[in-house]
Amino acid sequence: MVERKDFATPVFPTWCPGCGNFGIWGALKNALVELDWKPEEVLIVYGIGCSGNGADFLKTYGFHGLHGRTLPVATGAKLSNHELKVVAVAGDGDGYGIGAGHFLHAMRRNLDITYVVMNNEIYGLTTGQASPTSEKKHKTKSTPEGVIENPINPIALAIAAGATFVARGFSGDVKTLTDITVRGIRHKGFSLIDVMSPCVTYNKINTYDWFKQRVYVVDREGHDPKDLHAAFAKAMEWPNLDGKRDRVPTGVIFETDAYPTYEELDPSLRRFGAPVKRQLGVLQNPDELLKEFY
Amino acid sequence: MKKNKVAWKFGGKAGEGIMVTGLIFSKILSRGGYNVFDYVEYPSLIKGGHNNYYVRADANKVYSHLKPLDLLVALDKLTVDLHLDELRPGAGIIYDGEKVHLDKQNLKRQDVNLYPVPLLRLAEEAGGKIMRNTVALGASVALTDYDFNILANTLAEIFKRKGDKVINNNISAARAGYDHCKNNFEGFGVKLEKIQAPERILLTGNEAIGIGAIKAGCKFYAAYPMTPTSPILHFMAAQERKFNLVVKHAEDEIAVINMAIGAGAVGARAMLATSGGGFSLMTEALGLASISETPIVVVEGQRPGPATGMPTWTEQGDLQFILNAAQGEGPRIVMAPGDVEDCFYLTIDAFNLAEKYQMPVIIISDTHVAESHVNVERFKTDGVKIERGKFLSDQDLDKMGTYNRYQLTDDGISPRTLPPQKLGVHLANSYEHDEYGYASEDSEMRTKMVDKRAKKLELAQDEIPPPPLYGPSDADITLIGWGSTKGAIREAMEILKRDGLSANYLQVVYLNPFPSEKVSEVMSSAKKTMVVENNKTGQLSRLIAEKTLLKADYKLLKYDGRAFFPEEIIQKVREALRVREVL
Repeated sequence: MVERKDFATPVFPTWCPGCGNFGIWGALKNALVELDWKPEEVLIVYGIGCSGNGADFLKTYGFHGLHGRTLPVATGAKLSNHELKVVAVAGDGDGYGIGAGHFLHAMRRNLDITYVVMNNEIYGLTTGQASPTSEKKHKTKSTPEGVIENPINPIALAIAAGATFVARGFSGDVKTLTDITVRGIRHKGFSLIDVMSPCVTYNKINTYDWFKQRVYVVDREGHDPKDLHAAFAKAMEWPNLDGKRDRVPTGVIFETDAYPTYEELDPSLRRFGAPVKRQLGVLQNPDELLKEFY
Repeated sequence: MKKNKVAWKFGGKAGEGIMVTGLIFSKILSRGGYNVFDYVEYPSLIKGGHNNYYVRADANKVYSHLKPLDLLVALDKLTVDLHLDELRPGAGIIYDGEKVHLDKQNLKRQDVNLYPVPLLRLAEEAGGKIMRNTVALGASVALTDYDFNILANTLAEIFKRKGDKVINNNISAARAGYDHCKNNFEGFGVKLEKIQAPERILLTGNEAIGIGAIKAGCKFYAAYPMTPTSPILHFMAAQERKFNLVVKHAEDEIAVINMAIGAGAVGARAMLATSGGGFSLMTEALGLASISETPIVVVEGQRPGPATGMPTWTEQGDLQFILNAAQGEGPRIVMAPGDVEDCFYLTIDAFNLAEKYQMPVIIISDTHVAESHVNVERFKTDGVKIERGKFLSDQDLDKMGTYNRYQLTDDGISPRTLPPQKLGVHLANSYEHDEYGYASEDSEMRTKMVDKRAKKLELAQDEIPPPPLYGPSDADITLIGWGSTKGAIREAMEILKRDGLSANYLQVVYLNPFPSEKVSEVMSSAKKTMVVENNKTGQLSRLIAEKTLLKADYKLLKYDGRAFFPEEIIQKVREALRVREVL
């Protein structure tokens, strides 16, 4: 059995005291322990931002890549060795801003990857500019008179784009977040776990208190995540176009096992198994390749 | 009588089957024992415009295209207008006399032969107008006095999957074109005999790269479609079922290279191909491969830029960009194949170098080498080795106790581990990092890590073969080139030799690390030097100057989107050598 200390590194976390990311980090470690995944069995791919800095604080096989590009790296790794357990960790600027294109395509692909987005509704590491999830009218360094655009609704986007597991967590509720993370990782297919993670330094609006007043867990109100229409309705509760901000649904919003994963459908993976496991150095018969060129 | 050699061009609108027809003509000549070179010119559209397919065949070695045409097949009047000047005196034009009116009196050239063949009518009589090009192939075979059976057998093979009726109709159509010419025309002095020669394969640089990649054990291939390297994607995708290879057409080029890096990081040999536009999007991740020390192979098929430029034409405009792409000073190995055989062998080397030195290796091609077909003898793979570089086994790791992914070693190479090796857990990092892989901004560590990565390139320099010098070492002039100019240069050398002039050719295959020593040595002892490049600013000349402080005597530059004709090189050499006679 693995224990929390198996995932410990010598690096002391550099997040601000009180940062929401601590809760997500804890929940992820709890989930790995609960799933009994050993550090060597897991590849975690990180982007750039405060979220990505967590790469130094969690001992597994890790790849700390570029800003916005976690999902393509995770995809390449998963396609080359689909027996590997792959988790991608990003932030809201990282995942929903510069990486938004990859986000949509990764979801329609439905690889068995878990995508944890530490969503603080602000650019933290670049000292407080508006992010794609910043609320309307939020005054930041890049929007001194307030954000004009609508915020991205990652939950609704994910359901529409074909993610087969869509959840929202709150880093102030580590217990629920751990449950969600375990379910997301266990789910076969692409799982989005969008986690509201208060930035105590640069986001003075969406604070712990702000969330505590609004967050509720959908399971406890009898939400059926298998019901697509109900899931959409939950997704549209917040953030929404009419600007109502009285309730923020958390928990598993949507889940389906109706669709096979990409790995199950890929002609090469199906036929030959994981490419990295096949021996290299044995040259294949050239005649087969050259036949069509005579 | 022009015996056993021909230069043929087939022209019409896009969508009229020019490419397929041209390839069949190349194939039948290759199968008859000829050396073949072909290339296509086409605009960036699917229907209409003008496409043409050039084929040159010779009993002797052919390296490239040459200017004068013997036979032009014109599906429309535009083809005649565009290519009339390219015909040698006494050449022939095959056209549909019932559709295109050509009057010799009103034609700009009176020294050519007109061969009106009712292409459309004969095709319809044979079973459908779609076979118009097949009629033209039959006519081409008749007028060059070539073996009809080779054409018939090739058609039977190509249409095998479509059934006997399609095969028989096509053979009838070809026969009708053949008979029409034999019955009505005398021929124009070209005779192609069947030649005894070893069996050869006919393929493009793109295909040779694909085959090389599979031979090298490529397990992951990603791409976003872009001319001229999309055919590599098509080739690799078609192999996915036969070989243990995952092929992904990703959402954009940024995803392409990051996916390849993800694949390389977990131990799959990974390749991608693009052109300059896509490569521009990849630059940040190129640096990621350098700093995270992840092996990947990148194919950059150049085309004329900047921006969209001329998508279907050729240029060598990206050399300096590729050498310097990405912020920071990330090491990369850069190589430029000059022909189909280079494409195959260098691709295998690229995979070995990428893993041994744990860095990106970039293969620069261009439209001319990527798309032109050449026939060659089967690749020799006896000596081909797979070298994966340094890895640690579980036993090694047991003995070591702790593992550092970026361990500082004498040669700069840190042995790799792969998941799920228990004691090999590590963090690969785009941030500057310490030996384990944790982010580090320490001044001493930063310097050590930069030095370590640079050291690998110095080590690679020792292994990389020096650039080959073709021709006599005491030649009157030394031509220096890189990439696809190889064919035109070698063809030019042959012709110059026949005219009593001697040129040799230094092919700079590896652009980084740069073979300064050999280039200096050759240039210093050369009587005259000329750098031949398909670009405006002389990018290889600049690189040579930077690395050797030497300046070539002459520069021959071309940047109209077309590859060099050997004749253009010959003319410049004659000027340089002050030889008065003009070819």
